[in-house]
Amino acid sequence: MPSSTPGFAMLDARAMVKRRLGLRLWLSGGWLVVLVVAATFAPWLAPHNPLEQDLFTSRLPPFWMAGAEPGYWLGTDSLGRDVLSRIMYGARIALVVALIAGTATALIGATLGLIAGYFRGWADLVISRLVDIWMAFPPVLFAILLIAVMGPGLVSVIVAIIVIDWTRFARVVRAEAMAQGAMDYVASAQVAGQKRLGTMLTEILPNVLPTIVVLLTLEMGIAVIVEAILSFVNLSISTDFPTWGGMIAEGRTSVHQAWWVLVFPLATLFLTVLSFSQLGEGLKDRFDPVLR
Amino acid sequence: MTDLYTVTDMHLSLADMVNKPLFGSAPRIDILHGLSFSIKRGEVLGIVGGSGSGKSTLGRVLVRLLEPSRGQVLFDGQDITHLNEDALRPLRRRFQMIFQDPMSSLNPRRTVGSIIAAPLKLHGFDRISVRVDQALDHVGLPRSFRTRYPHELSGGQRQRVGIARAIAMEPEFILADEIVSGLDVSSQAQVLKLLADLVADLGLTLAFISHDLSVIRRLCGTVMVLYQGRIVEHRASDALFAAPEAAYTRELLGAIPLPDPDQPWGAQAG
Amino acid sequence: MSAFLSIRNLSLVLKGGPRLLRSVSLDVEAGEVRGLVGESGAGKSMIGKAVLGILPRSVEVVEGEIWLDEVDLLKLRPSERRRKIGATAALIPQDPLTALNPSRRVGPQVTDRLVDILGWKRADAQARALELLAEVHIPDPARVMRSYPHELSGGMRQRVLIASAFAAEPKLIVADEPTTALDVTVQKQILHLIARMQARHGTALLFVTHDLGVVSKVCGSLAVLYGGLVVEQSPVRDFFRQPAHAYSRALLAATPKYTDPMAGLNPVPEAVITAVQAEVAQADASWRNGGWRHD
Ligand SMILES: Nc1ncnc2c1ncn2[C@@H]1O[C@H](COP(=O)(O)OP(=O)(O)OP(=O)(O)O)[C@@H](O)[C@H]1O
Ligand SMILES: Nc1ncnc2c1ncn2[C@@H]1O[C@H](COP(=O)(O)OP(=O)(O)OP(=O)(O)O)[C@@H](O)[C@H]1O
Ligand SMILES: [Mg+2]
Ligand SMILES: [Mg+2]
Repeated sequence: MPSSTPGFAMLDARAMVKRRLGLRLWLSGGWLVVLVVAATFAPWLAPHNPLEQDLFTSRLPPFWMAGAEPGYWLGTDSLGRDVLSRIMYGARIALVVALIAGTATALIGATLGLIAGYFRGWADLVISRLVDIWMAFPPVLFAILLIAVMGPGLVSVIVAIIVIDWTRFARVVRAEAMAQGAMDYVASAQVAGQKRLGTMLTEILPNVLPTIVVLLTLEMGIAVIVEAILSFVNLSISTDFPTWGGMIAEGRTSVHQAWWVLVFPLATLFLTVLSFSQLGEGLKDRFDPVLR
Repeated sequence: MTDLYTVTDMHLSLADMVNKPLFGSAPRIDILHGLSFSIKRGEVLGIVGGSGSGKSTLGRVLVRLLEPSRGQVLFDGQDITHLNEDALRPLRRRFQMIFQDPMSSLNPRRTVGSIIAAPLKLHGFDRISVRVDQALDHVGLPRSFRTRYPHELSGGQRQRVGIARAIAMEPEFILADEIVSGLDVSSQAQVLKLLADLVADLGLTLAFISHDLSVIRRLCGTVMVLYQGRIVEHRASDALFAAPEAAYTRELLGAIPLPDPDQPWGAQAG
Repeated sequence: MSAFLSIRNLSLVLKGGPRLLRSVSLDVEAGEVRGLVGESGAGKSMIGKAVLGILPRSVEVVEGEIWLDEVDLLKLRPSERRRKIGATAALIPQDPLTALNPSRRVGPQVTDRLVDILGWKRADAQARALELLAEVHIPDPARVMRSYPHELSGGMRQRVLIASAFAAEPKLIVADEPTTALDVTVQKQILHLIARMQARHGTALLFVTHDLGVVSKVCGSLAVLYGGLVVEQSPVRDFFRQPAHAYSRALLAATPKYTDPMAGLNPVPEAVITAVQAEVAQADASWRNGGWRHD
């Protein structure tokens, strides 16, 4: 019987347990990695120039259908542009927005929420009041107003997402931090002589981090959707650069003649949003010590 | 022997969040009503009393997690009643508290090893890893438990992690809040022996909150009985058990279940 | 299966690791209080968790049956099992503070079960909760209902959980060290209350504790656990008169008595530990030879 101290033979069974990797994490993570690679190396990987029009190759079907041409794997749209290449370039916009808008939103919201929830007092008063006032505005109106003022474009989209969604983080993280703050391990850190800021970062933060990660990945999914919607209604970046929302808008008009122009970007969008939302849960399953 | 703690007419009130009006500040409720006592260096003080009588609150005042609303608390001659956190920090190494609720006093997302090491790091101890191992040995946990998370332990094992964290700091004073009720009698014996050794060898001073009067009798030189935020009796343990003065103390002694199925419950008290 | 709760040959393992419970068999009759004592970390809480279907994800049942009210829980589908357990059994958990949600007031946490599972009206549940909190001798119950968990003392939290376990008048209560934070007078009142409840409803009680004094007063019989192995099961009187197992004798000898300042508080002797560990190893060896995954 293994025992490290003489006189005590308490069995430590856990040392022999292995961790299982979640399928959820593999699938969602896998898809996102493929997407990131495709977006990053689009100039080398994409089979065609996404902007190149060629009326001789217009509305080619995807590779497995009759009439397909080699090299145009997912077919072409009515202007003869390669759908696969456009999706790959569209991924660049989608991922940039997801990454920047998602992290910035999380950073701002979570920081404010953490401070409000842990330090309480006037910091909480100010932040909570701000959140309340902020949330009184209808978000869509807010976004359109903002873009009207700033003009359409990538930066406006990102700013709009941050401005609308930081309150979600702030509220959830504040409540979590407050609940954690009432636990004795926080008092224990104080008895040990730890400074307040240190306690917030080393004791509270690890305990709200799983929540933040799940919210963050959700937020990235939301950012992708918001960007797609805004480009669908033409409020995102200029029309000729490929975006998933823009492709969906164009595909919609010719869905009876060339369904693939609509379906492939739509499916990509769907998979990406789904993957983001599952990634958070998957990461939590895999890395959060408490949920097992 | 000199006094390590001198507490005079200490009152404590807390914000009453239940009756807090929507605007403005909450009213305060009084929890402790003018306690005066002292704890000598090297003394083992048992604190007993009814549930909700303010034992844990008193403990939190002694390690200055709470600030008294009135009165004075001296630690080793120094007035710590209203010291702020920065001024307290150098003193913090010297008094430690082991909390009543083991699960909530351990950070759920830290391993046992890092929980015990954290206060040591803060105070610049050397050979931290060795000290962590020693602390685990002392409380009878396998060293391999260092990599475990609190929820992977049984209730008694968690309690022992809390004990290990406090003794690793080698403090002069430990407030132990109900630390053995979750342990089997054999582990109780081990932990109590460990504490008694620390008292004898290192001059540790101990305040020991417990509901188990049998343990108090074995371990403590003096006993303090709290009832609804007031001290009703505070005497040498032998004298108190031989002839309890306060009615509440007698009631307590009468309610102890002795480990004997034939002895009627409540009839054994004198 | 006649007993209300009947655990047959239950073995739990940590996934990919050794056994936590070693072929445990245990019966609790309706109206009976069955004590469960043993070393800290022996697996007492695991038994309770297995019965209530709340084992941690890393622990799995490898063999055995858990009969509750004539049904083998382990044969039920998870949803049916939850329904069955929810309707018949309740837990008084070992960690009061973590069992309560820190960011919700206490009141709704007590009434939730009544409202959600048993479909009571909120007002009725509220009234019942107040009554129960008064029954467990909580001063000013209305105030406690509106408090957050951290605003209560340890013993008050524990009594809140006792009250909420009683709320639905379950047929089986697994009480995991339910009185560790209670002073002896309140403890006595609570144990009397439990006895009355039992007399009224015929509740079966699995009572985990380290306090042999309490065992001697409330339990009809008890089981002693060491390293996941039941080393002794006897009626209480026999256990205190002539304990069958050396480990039981050592436990009794280690129990302090306030009437005798010199009694007890000795660790279980090394020799006894070695012997009982050999017994555990023996049990594992024969289990591996005999029963290890025949199928
Ligand atoms: N943060 C708080 N806000 C309001 N009241 C509180 C707070 N903390 C404790 N109390 C109250 O103070 C009283 C004393 O609590 P304390 O925890 O000191 O009791 P205790 O003697 O340790 O009891 P137990 O033996 O049950 O642990 C209780 O009535 C409790 O409700
Ligand atoms: N989630 C988990 N993962 C791994 N091991 C665990 C987990 N939970 C409990 N254990 C281990 O299982 C064993 C049995 O735990 P259990 O909680 O049943 O003990 P117990 O008899 O209730 O002890 P106590 O009296 O201290 O509460 C312990 O050794 C513990 O370390
Ligand atoms: Mg307390
Ligand atoms: Mg337990």
